[in-house]
Amino acid sequence: MTHPDTHAPHVRFINVQKTYDGETLIVKNLNLDVRRGEFLTLLGPSGSGKTTSLMMLAGFETATEGDILVGGQRINRVPPHKRGMGMVFQNYALFPHMTVAENLAFPLTVRGQSGSNVDEKVKKALDMVRLTAYADRRPAQLSGGQQQRIALARALIFEPEIVLMDEPLGALDKQLREHMQIEIKHLHEKLGITMIYVTHDQSEALTMSDRIAVFNDGVIQQLAAPADLYERPENSFVAQFIGENNRLHGKVEALSAQSCDVRLTDGSVIHAFPVVKTQVGGEVSLSLRPERVDVADKAETLANYANCFSATIEEIIYLGDHLRVRVALCGHDDFIIKTQNNDLGFTPEAGQTIYVGWKLEDCRALDLLQ
Amino acid sequence: MTASTLSSATSAPLSEGTGLSLKKRLARSERRRKLQAALLVAPLLLFILFTFAAPIGKLLWRAVHSPEVAEGLPKTSQIIQAWDGKSVPEEAVFVALAQDLDTAYAEQRLAVPAKRLNYDSPGMLSLLMKAGRKVASFDSENLRQQFIDADPRWGEVETWRVIRNASSSYTDFFLLRALDLTRSASGEIVSVSDDEAIHLDILYRTFWISALVTAACLALSYPLAWLLANLPAKTANLLMICVLLPFWTSLLVRTTAWIVLLQNNGVVNQVMQLLGLFDAPVQLIFNRFGVVVAMTHVLLPFMILPLYSVMKSIPPVYARAAASLGANPWTVFWKVYVPQTLPGVGAGCLLVFIMAVGYYITPALVGGPRDQMLSYFVALHTNETLNWSMAAALAAVLFAATLVLYAIYSRLVGVNNMKLG
Repeated sequence: MTHPDTHAPHVRFINVQKTYDGETLIVKNLNLDVRRGEFLTLLGPSGSGKTTSLMMLAGFETATEGDILVGGQRINRVPPHKRGMGMVFQNYALFPHMTVAENLAFPLTVRGQSGSNVDEKVKKALDMVRLTAYADRRPAQLSGGQQQRIALARALIFEPEIVLMDEPLGALDKQLREHMQIEIKHLHEKLGITMIYVTHDQSEALTMSDRIAVFNDGVIQQLAAPADLYERPENSFVAQFIGENNRLHGKVEALSAQSCDVRLTDGSVIHAFPVVKTQVGGEVSLSLRPERVDVADKAETLANYANCFSATIEEIIYLGDHLRVRVALCGHDDFIIKTQNNDLGFTPEAGQTIYVGWKLEDCRALDLLQ
Repeated sequence: MTASTLSSATSAPLSEGTGLSLKKRLARSERRRKLQAALLVAPLLLFILFTFAAPIGKLLWRAVHSPEVAEGLPKTSQIIQAWDGKSVPEEAVFVALAQDLDTAYAEQRLAVPAKRLNYDSPGMLSLLMKAGRKVASFDSENLRQQFIDADPRWGEVETWRVIRNASSSYTDFFLLRALDLTRSASGEIVSVSDDEAIHLDILYRTFWISALVTAACLALSYPLAWLLANLPAKTANLLMICVLLPFWTSLLVRTTAWIVLLQNNGVVNQVMQLLGLFDAPVQLIFNRFGVVVAMTHVLLPFMILPLYSVMKSIPPVYARAAASLGANPWTVFWKVYVPQTLPGVGAGCLLVFIMAVGYYITPALVGGPRDQMLSYFVALHTNETLNWSMAAALAAVLFAATLVLYAIYSRLVGVNNMKLG
């Protein structure tokens, strides 16, 4: 066996398609390279094809078309139990008739291991997830978070090179989920394995991933690192799906490589960064993050922004560390501004007229969302 | 000091106003709801009590309560208690017997105690009836000799032992007989002679047939229940109706249908002969095979339903998890799937076995004389020999065996783990 080339993709999807009924494609022509040791998240709404893609990799679904390669070997016809991938499921899938220790030993015993070797590995795995005292309990006697840690340990105990996770934290409450996200991330860093993680929770994806593949409608909309995805969405779907987003709709009046002028329906013109391929006269959707909008009670304060408008406060929502201010602006009354609650030099009130401004590059001209 | 002040201060509000403890007040506030619940249950409870529990209890009571001799021969029953059991009794016992026989014969109810004694020792019926006829002509002097002259059996210790054993109103005779046991002359429990020992054989046979039927049901039901649990709901419902269809047909019809199918010139035999599998018809019915086939068919739904209900509740994710951990399909099935279906297997087996143990109609119709089960003999003693005490004793044995099985099951699997559908 040759030494694995660390630069070659660990997992490759090549032109993979999947249909269940022979009429509609759940996964349309998927091409995806996963690097060795990477934490890659498949993110998307339900029915976007992310779980189906994961199941094809795990071997529980067959690809209708295309090839799936692991370490350069085509694995389409390899049965799941011979693929050697650890998998963690949303509802833990710990075997209810076995104790925690028996669950952990299962992947080892089916591989013909036995005796002290198994006991030692089980103990190490329990230590890893800090549940040593729970070896003889049944899964039902553990809390959700403990069960998921055992499930994680069970998927890692046979030292797979690839671990697949299908919304593993979906059943946990918010605080536990955030705690587990960090724990999984640290485990990944420590073990250096390739992790492919499916979730519909964007903040989870942003927290944990090296790269995120945003799925919609069976197609990868964008594949990028979390910061890129958030700061530089390439289309309206990604902008909409990741984080909060103000959308303004208008026609392109002037266009260059670095900027475009977009006239909104109420006649005001916004200077934006062109992302979508378009021409003068084309319709675009402008995307602007609420926290990228600056607020002042005088127009002069915002003079160095490319875009500056007056707006009327419709509603103020107090959220402790920040304020959400809904304003009417350029003919839209659902424009949201997010601001630190001590950043403003004045106390905003509903009905007040204020000034808002933002940079050209923060406002991205994207395709029209269907 | 402070502690007591504290505790009285904290407990005071609980009993404030009423002077009653919290528990009592809770009970009082719940009383109305409990009464309502009890009233809702009452009609069914009374119905079951009067039509089911009471008659069965009364019948089972007969297994140990047998006052025929004590009532039919009261004086003899009383005086024979003092007998030493070693030699033929004193004259006084014969005097009492003569009086009892005279009265009973005159009132035409001597047959009752005589029959009871005959169960214990065949021949006692005729012995007593003969003595009853003759006793009126006996002299009042030296009755002992006159009895022995009339029939030498009156001079045998064994005859008197039988009378003494039956003279008590309560007896373990029938229960022991149901297990092929009896009391020896010295009162020890011993096995009966081989030609009288029939009940243990029947008991073994009953359990063996039931075990066969249970195993056959399990083997046939498991794959079918799996299919039902894993098919799309629409198809599964249709198949489920097919499974339940036999419930809507009379048991008698289903059983006789098997006779039509399996008899010597029945469908199965004709097809097998046409196919050249056999030259002559094979005996498929009125033997053990026919009993097992027909009973399996009748009891199949009782296995399928609990299995289906358990399998339906096992999410497919366990099989996937096991496969992802490296288990081949065979290991997935045996190590992950089957253990999770055990509550259903246990419930189904228990249900089928207990029902099979009490089966009567099917073996009576499709079985041979060597295939009759315990309930057939209960019916025989109830309807034909009219030995209700024996019927009750056999029923009690069956009942006890069922309870033991249930106890073993609940020990092994736990009743709370049982799923009946």
